[in-house]
Amino acid sequence: MERSVLVVGSGVAGIQASLDLADKGVIVHLVEKDPSIGGRMAQLDKTFPTNDCSICILAPKMADCYGHPNINVLTYSELIGLDGHKGRFKAKVLKKARYVDESKCTGCGECLVKCPTKGIPSEFEMGLSTRRAIYMPFLQAVPRVATIDREHCKHLTEGKCGVCKKVCKREAIDYEMKDAVLEFEVGAVIVATGFDVWNPMVASEYGYGRFPNVFIAMEYERIINAAGPTSGHIRRRSDGGEPRTIAFIQCVGSRNVQLNHPYCCSVCCMHSTKEAMLAKEHKDDVKTTIFYKDMRACAKGFYEYVVRAQRDYNVEYVNSDATVQEETEDHNPVVSFDVGGRSVRKEFDMVVLATSLVPRATNAQLSKVLGVQLDEFGFIKSKDRIFSPVETNVPGIYVAGYCGGPADIPESVAQGSAAAAKAAETLVEARVFA
Amino acid sequence: MKEDIRIGVFVCHCGTNIGGFVDVPSVVEYSRTLPGVIYATGNLYTCAEDGLASIRDAIKEHHLNRVIVASCTPRTHAPLFQGVCEEAGLNKYLFTFVNIREHCSWVHMKEGPKATEKAKDLVRMGVARAQLLEPKEEARIDVEPKALVIGGGISGMVAATSIANHGFPVYLVEKEADFGGFVRNLNNLYLGGKDATEMLKPIVDQVTSNKNIIKCLKSKVAGVDGFIGNYQVALDVDGKEVKDKVGVIVLATGADEYVPEGLFGYDLYENVVTLTEFEILCKRKTLPKISSIAFIQCVGSRGHVKSYCSRICCNVAIKNALNIAENYQNILGKDERGAVVEKVGVDMKAPEEIAERRRRRRGRRDREGGEEEAEAPAPSEGIEIAIFNRDIMSYGLEHELNYNKAREKHVRFVRYSPANPPKVYTENGKLVVDYWHDTLKLQRKMNVDMIVLSTPLVSPPSAPGISKLLKVPLGQDGFFLEAHVKLRPVDFATDGIFVCGTAKGPADITECVFQAQAAASRAAIPLARGYVQAEALTAIVDADICTGCGTCIEVCPYGALRKNMDGVAEVIVAACKGCGCCGATCPEGAIDLSHYTDSQLLAEAKAALQEAIQ
Repeated sequence: MERSVLVVGSGVAGIQASLDLADKGVIVHLVEKDPSIGGRMAQLDKTFPTNDCSICILAPKMADCYGHPNINVLTYSELIGLDGHKGRFKAKVLKKARYVDESKCTGCGECLVKCPTKGIPSEFEMGLSTRRAIYMPFLQAVPRVATIDREHCKHLTEGKCGVCKKVCKREAIDYEMKDAVLEFEVGAVIVATGFDVWNPMVASEYGYGRFPNVFIAMEYERIINAAGPTSGHIRRRSDGGEPRTIAFIQCVGSRNVQLNHPYCCSVCCMHSTKEAMLAKEHKDDVKTTIFYKDMRACAKGFYEYVVRAQRDYNVEYVNSDATVQEETEDHNPVVSFDVGGRSVRKEFDMVVLATSLVPRATNAQLSKVLGVQLDEFGFIKSKDRIFSPVETNVPGIYVAGYCGGPADIPESVAQGSAAAAKAAETLVEARVFA
Repeated sequence: MKEDIRIGVFVCHCGTNIGGFVDVPSVVEYSRTLPGVIYATGNLYTCAEDGLASIRDAIKEHHLNRVIVASCTPRTHAPLFQGVCEEAGLNKYLFTFVNIREHCSWVHMKEGPKATEKAKDLVRMGVARAQLLEPKEEARIDVEPKALVIGGGISGMVAATSIANHGFPVYLVEKEADFGGFVRNLNNLYLGGKDATEMLKPIVDQVTSNKNIIKCLKSKVAGVDGFIGNYQVALDVDGKEVKDKVGVIVLATGADEYVPEGLFGYDLYENVVTLTEFEILCKRKTLPKISSIAFIQCVGSRGHVKSYCSRICCNVAIKNALNIAENYQNILGKDERGAVVEKVGVDMKAPEEIAERRRRRRGRRDREGGEEEAEAPAPSEGIEIAIFNRDIMSYGLEHELNYNKAREKHVRFVRYSPANPPKVYTENGKLVVDYWHDTLKLQRKMNVDMIVLSTPLVSPPSAPGISKLLKVPLGQDGFFLEAHVKLRPVDFATDGIFVCGTAKGPADITECVFQAQAAASRAAIPLARGYVQAEALTAIVDADICTGCGTCIEVCPYGALRKNMDGVAEVIVAACKGCGCCGATCPEGAIDLSHYTDSQLLAEAKAALQEAIQ
């Protein structure tokens, strides 16, 4: 099999699609907007229902991907144009200047500790810790190469400083680096751009942004992670204290018609169950409560996992809508909910919101570039939801993972492989009929 | 003749990652004192081009025949250093990786001098091991560019089509006389849309018109032997035996619907049917007139009989509820003259012996003076529909939208607790659902004309046989068990065999389709490459010591061991992953692992304890 395929997005779906194709001898150009591949899965602490460490099982795949002779990994890059048709596309990729020569940088980290421009919120840590102007987003980043953030770098903005260049023994820093536009001929395109996390500040009834001890689940994933901002200690934002009671509220912004998020995100019941179990593993005297609408534990081993959470981890499941309308003087959020038609208010030390996972805001732009249709919620639309789940309206362009609609990790992996199958079929067909 | 051992040691500073905590020059100095070490040096970055060049040059200049790099993790860097060794003409298995970053400097950042001592210990262990290493060759095993797909349902058809479209011939084996599988039981897929069989037709046509697919109907797999790339398969194709060799196998054997014997009056009342039976009634236009209907969810699932949630039943029940609410006239059974069917015949799906049992139980009830079921009255303008559930599993996009739509159509969703499930009986000749209403805190009754029981998908009785035949595992739930629930959803631990669709657990049609395409993608990899690279690190059986007890065959997760003609264990090199399970369990100590031999590991252990011994 010859020719090449463009994969947009290097989360677990994009990585799987790339590896499958590359293993078949197809050349893959893998485009990632962030400085590292890995996507959302790299940010998670553990995965349900086995409680495997997320980055530990993903990192080998990231390394395989970067080291694969058939995969051209383009981090800090964006797809900006696509012309042509199935079997013969021409893709334009903007490779943003990272001001560090990837071929020279060994990731030793010398510059990362010397850069004087501190205090920039870390995107990877959901803003819970800070980074410097030259940074690697996380410990296991692939490629293990530093990136200079041009917005904040003193040298690039004011012509001052230059510390990183002085300390780099590899002479990898290049302040003169320019953005570059690269062009590739590809036979097919796979879109795997993932999701955005909805910001619940829009809905004041959950208290996020108003009350310091209300967190969103993605923040909590970082807090319980040993490599995270609190080194794996669950800490309140208000006083750094360790909570003894934690409430998890489900369906925050999802299954919500007013917000045009009528869908169920498919993963939150399980990630909240996992997060509640992990709280107990971190500290045995923590009491956790999950407020839910329907407990959607409906894939292999999931229901059994919820039973285990109740039995072995004493997780309490309360079938009720819940809101956080007030907090106490000690910044304890107060959760309002119903029990048997009676409204109840209860104080917790911490609240974690399972916020809606929504289509990428950039999907509109991407749909223009690719010509693919979006559905009414902004997900990339399948050609046929039943029989062609990974095909789009454009022949030769395929979709995998959450960007096509709610999906968990195994579904994203399977869809990554499925999109790879369709792309490979396209290449075979193009060669036969070209 | 003993080889002259010439070891080179390269100790990496990794900038300050190692050098900041471990005294690298003293580790280098120490390395030079170790037996067999001819050359030792430190590098600022061994992985940078100048570091790599230093390895290359030293191999040539000092005639090194063993190379040790003491730096970071083999996971990311072993291939790089092994590559450099090979460039300099050294077999890559003569390279040893010693991790003094993750295993030493990073975890002992606050214990400088001790960290240095530990780094020395680790290097000494590496040197002891390197002395005993042997060059290895990686065998390439040719792959027969042909596939076998077992099961001609939606998953099997999609998988076979995709593999065929990759350009490879595929045997598609289906036990029945037609392709289509379970979906043929269903009434419709889209709401108010076409018949499921019609929807399926393009998929079936793709199979029948595909020249690369060898269609085997009324067929089964009689025998499978071999390993990835080289499976000898024997097929029974409509009574004729076909033997051939295939490179890969995809399992898509599907699932059955659980038959709820003894539950919710299923055996007692004609109008209590399962979800699939209800679909069949609609499909065959034999649905009787109803004015009210209840669906009861989780019958036999979620800890009731089976431990798991069957994932699809809520959504199938909602689809059918919507069908009744929106499309009743079209699904209502009519006879040839267009008259509405009054009587239900429900035993068409249930196996004959169950139908027989139901008839007998009904007979008993009649003899005991049970009430006759009254004729269903003609439907009024609205049909009362209730879904008794524990949680509604309308995950994702479409399913949740359907759930909303059903509520708009006044389908009642009544939650019940497993501790207090609804009861089904007859009263005044009518079926009754007697249930606890948790919001009203009242025991209520609902008169219904029909009750549909949502029962789980279960692994078919054929699964254990197939599991044995292909040597692939079943999980506790009876479904086939994939290699890893998160990251390898369609692989088996055994290379060359893949699984998709409901054979590995409940899934809707969309999920079956992408899983099947995924399995096809995975299966096409060895076919497209044309070879598999066997592990050089495999188990080795000492045939003189092996007693043929078979313990190793049982513990091997990859099906990589078998008994040979002499009755002793034999390693199938292509399938072996070198995990070492067999070596650890062999009661005779007859199995060693190449590149991790007992003598190599013991040498390392002895070196580790050397200081203590002295």
